[in-house]
Amino acid sequence: MAKHFLVVTEQSEGTLRKVSLEMLGEARRLASDGKVEAVLLGSGVERLVEQLAWHGADKVYVADDPALQLYTAEAYTAVLADLIKKVQPDVVFIGATTNGKDLAPRLATRLGVGLASDCTGFSVDGDGRLLITRPIYAGRAIETIKLKSRPQMATLRPNVFPPLEPDTSRKAEVEKIPVNVGQIRAKVVGFLKKEGEEIELTEADIIVSGGRGLGGPDGFNVLRELAKVLGAAIGASRAAVDAGWIDHSHQVGQTGKTVNPKLYIACGISGAAQHLAGMRTSKVIVAINKDPEAPIFKVADYGIVGDLYQIVPILTKELQEALKG
Amino acid sequence: MNIVVCVKQVPDTEIRIQVQNGRVVEEEIKQFVVNPYDEFAIEEALRIKERFGEGKVTLITIGPERAREALLTGLAMGADEAIHINDPALEGSDAFTTARVLAAAVKKLPYDLILCGKQAVDQDNAQVGIALAELLDLPHVSVVTKLEIAEDKKTARAEREVEGGKEVIETTLPAVITAQKGLNEPRYPSFKGIRMARQKPYTVWTLADLGLKPEEVAPQREVVVVNPPPERKAGKIIQGDPETAVRELVRLLREEAKVI
Repeated sequence: MAKHFLVVTEQSEGTLRKVSLEMLGEARRLASDGKVEAVLLGSGVERLVEQLAWHGADKVYVADDPALQLYTAEAYTAVLADLIKKVQPDVVFIGATTNGKDLAPRLATRLGVGLASDCTGFSVDGDGRLLITRPIYAGRAIETIKLKSRPQMATLRPNVFPPLEPDTSRKAEVEKIPVNVGQIRAKVVGFLKKEGEEIELTEADIIVSGGRGLGGPDGFNVLRELAKVLGAAIGASRAAVDAGWIDHSHQVGQTGKTVNPKLYIACGISGAAQHLAGMRTSKVIVAINKDPEAPIFKVADYGIVGDLYQIVPILTKELQEALKG
Repeated sequence: MNIVVCVKQVPDTEIRIQVQNGRVVEEEIKQFVVNPYDEFAIEEALRIKERFGEGKVTLITIGPERAREALLTGLAMGADEAIHINDPALEGSDAFTTARVLAAAVKKLPYDLILCGKQAVDQDNAQVGIALAELLDLPHVSVVTKLEIAEDKKTARAEREVEGGKEVIETTLPAVITAQKGLNEPRYPSFKGIRMARQKPYTVWTLADLGLKPEEVAPQREVVVVNPPPERKAGKIIQGDPETAVRELVRLLREEAKVI
């Protein structure tokens, strides 16, 4: 059966992560007339219920407790395992964010069930089992799998599933759930905030990305100007990261992040297979590269052959003009 | 300090993966490497051992005969011994199976710390290390880019890569740590290391040796079909001097692609 969905939403500092609404949209689509429930964990988060209702939740379980203010695998697993055992959903969705990927295997193991990671597509087969699509080998192949255990658990890749148009007349039933966090052995003791760049790669609508062709770390400043105009996140190829020009958290590709933006602008990136693996599902790809033979042009929708140090500043200026009006 | 490192042999990340008749043509995969994230885990274990000047680094893998190469690489880097779980019943296993088999094996070993790669780059599940922690009732810290073991070896402080920055976690030991790129620069095996690797203790276990029956650890997922990724066609190369080309690009992005 796939008629009762539980969506484990994620919030950070009181703001819902985009994937939470994306998961509700997908659950709603799959459940059709079935039940879509959400669970919200945190401290002082009850005001987020409204948004979850607008985006498709019929009911929201709220676990509100200071012990849940910051995500820890142990506390979140304890609370969610209790809830899932009680409400027995057919399907549990979790976002394939850093914390979702940290939580889901622990929770699935506690429940004794299988888990499908980083999924990009779902349908329901004749027996009410989910047919789950997910990339393997860094996107060099796509598998469709079924899970035998119940609930069927999956993490959903951000930026893939469309959320529903918000319907502000929708209301959700709210149920506060007990919070027994148990013993927490791995505790958050600090956070080192990255300066300047606020937009998360995996959630970004637009990414401006740089590679070996930048020739040095300063090249990223040219890209940052463009990114600022577009409200884009900054990506990088492995070559640029391995050269020490930018932190690994920006790396797109097999040993970095897989991204799925509306627009990916690759500057000075040749397009090695392992880089393409991380960005080939972008809706529109633009390549700017000196070498007309660079493999990136084989996947790019639009390409300009030329010196990025000449092209990118002009592009920044033109977009500034274009987006003003 | 006794450290167990979980290792997986995976297809070389540079090779093409062929998909035919709804499956990956595994016979065509001839080049294998140690999963890149597991190399960070092995390196970190060796550094911790070197820092404290005592303890043992034990590698453990599940895989067919060829997986021996991955263990030998780790031994050549400097690990002390290797456990190879090789059982035909484990072919086609998933993360659910792997974590349970590893848990049964690790229980037979002395350990103060378990290190894993954050994910294997073939199935890309990123589940096993964390599931292993849960099965052993240990805390875990995932996607770690910095790890410091306290002087008394009872706790560790780890930095993990999260959206918008790095989170600092303090955990009791033993714990499972999963390695992210950036944790360290793995060393290359030395000639001496390579020579010594074959002399080091190497144990092969089957499921029976672990007291497990195949049905107890049966996979929870069933592969229906595998397809190649959708083709992407090459688009337009925009001609003209830089100003003209850029203006045309902006027009296309607005009017044709409608993405800005």
